Formats: sequence, C-alpha cells, structure tokens
Amino acid sequence: MDKPEKKSNRRDFIFTASYTVGAIGVGATIWPLIDQMNPDSSVKALASTEVDISQIQPGKSVTVLWRGKPVFIKRRTQNEIDEAQAVSLDVLPHPEKDQDRAKNPEWLVMLGICTHLGCVPLSDKGEYNGWFCPCHGSHYDTSGRIRKGPAPTNMEIPKYSFVDDNTIKIG
Amino acid sequence: MSENYVPNSKFGKWFNDRLPLLTLSKHLTDYPTPKNLNYWWTFGGILTFCLISQIITGIVLGMHYVAHADMAFSSIEHIMRDVNYGWLIRYIHSNGASMFFLAVYIHIFRSLFYGSYRSPREIIWILGMLIYLLMMATAFMGYVLPWGQMSFWGATVITNLFSAIPLVGESIVTWLWGGYSVDNPTLTRFFSLHYLFPFLILGLVVLHIWALHVPGNNNPIGIDIKKPSKDTVPFHPYITIKDLFALLIFMIVFSGFIFFAPNILGHSDNYIEANPLVTPKHIVPEWYLLPFYAILRAVPDKLGGVVLMLGSIFILMALPWLDSSKVRSTVFRPLYKKFFWLLVIDVLALGYVGAMPAEGLYLLIARVGTIYYFAHFLVVLPVLSRIEKTEPVPLSISEPVLGGMPKFEMAKSDRKDV
Repeated sequence: MDKPEKKSNRRDFIFTASYTVGAIGVGATIWPLIDQMNPDSSVKALASTEVDISQIQPGKSVTVLWRGKPVFIKRRTQNEIDEAQAVSLDVLPHPEKDQDRAKNPEWLVMLGICTHLGCVPLSDKGEYNGWFCPCHGSHYDTSGRIRKGPAPTNMEIPKYSFVDDNTIKIG
Repeated sequence: MSENYVPNSKFGKWFNDRLPLLTLSKHLTDYPTPKNLNYWWTFGGILTFCLISQIITGIVLGMHYVAHADMAFSSIEHIMRDVNYGWLIRYIHSNGASMFFLAVYIHIFRSLFYGSYRSPREIIWILGMLIYLLMMATAFMGYVLPWGQMSFWGATVITNLFSAIPLVGESIVTWLWGGYSVDNPTLTRFFSLHYLFPFLILGLVVLHIWALHVPGNNNPIGIDIKKPSKDTVPFHPYITIKDLFALLIFMIVFSGFIFFAPNILGHSDNYIEANPLVTPKHIVPEWYLLPFYAILRAVPDKLGGVVLMLGSIFILMALPWLDSSKVRSTVFRPLYKKFFWLLVIDVLALGYVGAMPAEGLYLLIARVGTIYYFAHFLVVLPVLSRIEKTEPVPLSISEPVLGGMPKFEMAKSDRKDV
C-alpha cells in the first residue's frame, strides 16, 4: 500500500516476452503460407525470352509471349518514327519522349497490354496510327503512348536488350 | 451462467440479440471444467490444432498439386523443389497426418482408461469413432495422391479388400476404381474425396464438442460433479493456458519430425513413380494403420480377415454397452487396470508385427494379439466390469486433495494465489 502507482513487475515482463515470441512465431508460420502463392522457381526460370527479329519487315510487327503476356516487337518506318518524335510532350496524358521508349528508334518493344484493364490492343488501328484497344476504346500512338481513352498510362516497355543485330532478349 | 449473458456494449447487445455469438463465446470461456484434469486431457485441443493445420496446409498443397496419373508424381516434386516453402508445407502435411493419429490414439486410450465413453457420454464416443473412421479414410486417400509405388499398391490392396464381399465384391471394386485397375479415374476421385472429408470431420468435431458440453468433461476420478462448483474451474484461462502449453510441447515434437526426420515415418518406395507392372518387395501401410493390417493378415481367410479388421474398429462403438462397471475411472479398478495395459501392449505388438513379414513368429504373435484384442472387449471387459470389487470412489474432486478437511474451511480460505 506504500506505492499505489502500478509498477511493472516480473509478470508483466513475462507476458510481454511471451506475446512477442508468440507473435514472431505466428508471423514466421504465416509467411510460408503466403509466399507459396508467389511465382515459384519454375516460373522464374522462364523469365526471359530471346526473339529472332531478322525476318521482320519495316512497318510490320510480331507478337511474342513473355511471362504469359504478349510483347509487341514493331519495326517502325521512318514516317512512324518521325510522327512519334514530333509529338509535343504537352499533349500527352502520360508524357514520355519517344527516345526514352525506343532505344533504337527503328524497334519498338513493348508489353502489348492496355493499361486500362489488360486487354490486348489491335495494331495499326485508332486515331493515331498506333494501337487501338477494342475493349474500352483507348487510342495509342506509334510510340505506344496513350493519346485518347480511359487508359491511364502508356503501354509498358519491358526490360530488353539486343543480343546481336538479329536477336532481342526480353526480360 | 452464459445463457443469461448480456453484452456490455450497445452494439454487442444489438448483435447478440440477432446472432448470439457472444453468448456462445461466453459459454466457451466460462465452461466449467473439472479442476483435476491432467495432461492426457489436453489432446482434444491438440487434435483441433492438427485438423486445422491439415486443412490449411492441404488447401495450399491443392493449389500446386495436379490430380492426374501422368502428372501427380512430378507435381509433388514440383512442390518440393520449385514452390516457395513447398517442401515445408508438404512435410507439415505428411508428418501432420502422423501427428494427428498419434494424438488421436492417445485421446482414445485416455477415454478407455478413464471411462469417458461411459454413460452419459456415449454419443460423444460414437461421434469420435466416426471421426476416427473418416480420418483413416482421408489419410488413406491422401497417401494415394503422390502416385508413388506405395500409393499405387496401397490403393490396390485396400480397395481389393472390398472384393472379399461375396457376389458383389468384384463389381464394387470396379466401381471404386472407375476401371479395371487403380488408374487415373481412381486418382481424381480420391483427390476430390480427400479434399471433402476433412470438412466432414470438422463438422463432426463441432458435434463432438457440442455433445461434450452437454454433460461436461469426464475427469481422472470419473465421478459426476456439480457444475459450476468448487470442483470446477472456468475453461478460460485455466484450461486454455494448459492446453496451449501442452500444444507447444507437442509442436516441438512435430517440428522435430518436420525439420530433422521428415521422411522417417514414410516409405522410400513412395519416391518411385507408380508402376502397375511391379509391386514393391515389401508393402506396408502407414504406421497408424499397422495394428489393423496385422489383424487382416492374421486370419487365413480373405473374407474372415476383412471382417475381423473392420470388426476391430466397429467393436469400439459398442464399448459403452460392453462395460457395465459402476465405476468409470480405471484408477479405482485395480484388476481391470492390468488388462487395460495389456491391451495397450497388445495393440503396440500388433502394430509391430503389422510392419513385419507375415510369417513364422510374427504371424503367431499377430494371431495371439488378434485373439486377445477381441477377447478384451468381448470377454474381459464385460465379465470384469460385473465381478470386480472396485476401490472406494471419492464423493468429490476436492475430497482426496484436502483429506478430511471440513467443507466450510475451504469456503473461508482467503489465500492469495498470485
């Protein structure tokens, strides 16, 4: 009765220590159950794709599958390149220079997935001679940038590199 | 008591009037439990943990497993090698089955020793036996899914048990297989049922606990007690913390298997893909089915072996009516106590010879063991329960602890516990 204020005693310490160890244990148990749904080793092993581009004519494109998604590889004509580079950044909803999107201006490599809700846009369609998404009407230009419609951003450029003049490695 | 429970908060009261979940949780926490429950009583909680753990890991494995005869085996290897923590989850699941059975056997023998199957708890006991039967069916079908050699030949042998049935046996086996041998249709239906049964078990567990909460727990001295009284303590925190402590010890053993000997309870032949052309040299079921396997092989007749094997399980359901002793707990039945331990040794011995080749001394032991098993329940127990002179049973749980201490002394006690 001398000291009415509550002092933390050994029992409080044991409680706190037990709860802490318990919480860590529960967390360590739950993590494997969550992580098992992440991409597994066999999926990660397929994370890059090499594509032979020697047969693609100017103005034509091919679509390849990378990580289960379509990738457009477009060999652009000089007209299309000029058109893409001439656009002022001010008119773009998602401003990006064409030079930043295509390392080699002749080749545009991008994920062929509309950034609105994931459909695959049609090529050489739409008001900007680029791509047009039939699902909800997004128009993309010759650099794959969103110009009109509900999509929020430009189509994504995946990580890729030129292995040699005729081969692109995606991923 | 919890029936008249009114929640403190306004929202709690509003909710509880519409769905009395809070009344239920109040009932569960206040549930008066005999204060002398020993650690053998913690296996109910442990078993609940086992079931939940199996269901969770099983759902996870079902996300990666492919139930097809051509792909099942490699999908297991995919789980072991590729899936993040797949090895851990699969080892928890496969060893979890063994731990589940270890716990259920202790739980069953606890009931046998303390007479927990006796009136008024017959329904709890029968529900428990149904759970046990479903557990065996679930475990058996789960063992088939990896589609290894033991899976395939285990499935072949066990399903062929039904061919012992006169006249319709062969048709039943064909129906079970969905073909003329264990093959893809068998695998896919086993996967479907293996996914379903644990939820049936869960439903039966709810009934099992519901039925338990009607008369309340039996206790080590097996007497009826007044509830609530000074012979009882509330379930929470007294029993929850005791169950939790026992669960932690159990999990240490469980983890020992998972991390240090994950395959010791399995059979190496099951890492060979199923081959319908070659039977493994020595085929045995999982350890928890061995006593029944020994009984099956002890009988030199196909139908007779199957009948005795199934009978050895179903006879347990009749137990409440085979035992007519006035005293529940074996603690006060000195002669029966010896036979009880003889039964434990008998079942362990049957398990041992079940893992050995069915020949020579092993076969002899299996036969003697089978005879004793049935004699125990059909002769020893009914006879002994009528003629044995039992020891005096205390009137209350407090009595043996406090000796001749007058009751009001107890009530006056103001000793601080903390």
